[in-house]
Amino acid sequence: MEVRVSVIKKRLKSIKRIISVASGKGGVGKSLVASTLALNLAEKGHKVGLLDLDLYGPSSHIILGVKDVFPEEEKGIIPPKIHGIKFMSIVYFTEDKPSAFRGIDITNIIIELLAITQWGPLDYLIIDMPPGIGDETLDVIRFIKKGEFLVVTTPSKVAMGAVSKLLKILKELKIPVIGVLENMKMTESSIIEDTVAEIGIPFIGSIFFDKNLEDAIGDGDLLLKTKFMEELGDNLKKTNL
Amino acid sequence: MHEWALAESIITAALEAAEKEHLKTITEIKIGIGELQQIEQDIFEFALNEIIKAHGKKLKNVKISIETEESTLKCKICGHTWSFSDMMKKLNEEESEAIHFIPEVAFVHTRCPKCGSPDFEIITGRGVSIISIKGKR
Repeated sequence: MEVRVSVIKKRLKSIKRIISVASGKGGVGKSLVASTLALNLAEKGHKVGLLDLDLYGPSSHIILGVKDVFPEEEKGIIPPKIHGIKFMSIVYFTEDKPSAFRGIDITNIIIELLAITQWGPLDYLIIDMPPGIGDETLDVIRFIKKGEFLVVTTPSKVAMGAVSKLLKILKELKIPVIGVLENMKMTESSIIEDTVAEIGIPFIGSIFFDKNLEDAIGDGDLLLKTKFMEELGDNLKKTNL
Repeated sequence: MHEWALAESIITAALEAAEKEHLKTITEIKIGIGELQQIEQDIFEFALNEIIKAHGKKLKNVKISIETEESTLKCKICGHTWSFSDMMKKLNEEESEAIHFIPEVAFVHTRCPKCGSPDFEIITGRGVSIISIKGKR
């Protein structure tokens, strides 16, 4: 009999809002939005946690410059604080080596992380999701009953094709979606906004491609000063975050 | 004390099962521990007892028994099977500790000893589970 699932609810009990940053497509900036959203909320004085569930290709630790830290063991594991954010990732346990996992292993890792991580009271837990609607997305929906989604896309029709599928399944399952954020916008076009409106999901807004962003990766202080961060902040004002 | 979180899972799941089966008291919980998770049994038992004490009546005279399950791993490519002790010989302290927390990182830190593939499965002895519960209605 699987026992760990029983304790997950208890571990998440003191968290006010759980927001999964997701997309149907890879490379659209999910990890960047998840990490910077966590930074934005922490800067506003909220208690924030960030859980990287991209188990094959975790990258939030690269964006935030997480190095030489390990969770503390105390009735479970307590995530280390990075820029005021309680940060949990599989990288603490993989030493950043290649991680080849099958579906059942993905589910087991997610259950284990949710069962043993002691987040304590949080205003927000941000989850950096892998792309698509596979095991991780299904498990988050299955185990985190009070979760919400924030969906990221790029202006590409190719990306939006896959993102539409995620939006449709979230809508079908009646899972709250804060809205869709269009990242790396380069020209004025309403194609994404129109497609999102057709599906019946709120469109939050756009963030223009920031060519200087790469220089800030790995440094939370520099990230806070980027144009990307400023535009993200403006977009978040249109939401209840 | 990561064992505490797992002990808490056992008791929470046992109480949930008792509720479902309308048990007034739980008299026995048989727990299985997979070798792969390398649970420190003393700490685990201490945590179980502390949590049981906090749950009063329903678990007052519960008998806990713990069985260790041997870990077997099987390669999906060449079919070779091997044991936890074979695997442990090649791990350093950090890798072994990582598997203690998340058993699946065995796929990250080890390979099939015969063909070198990371594509193997944990056949037995993964983590902590309840084998059986007895109680009174």
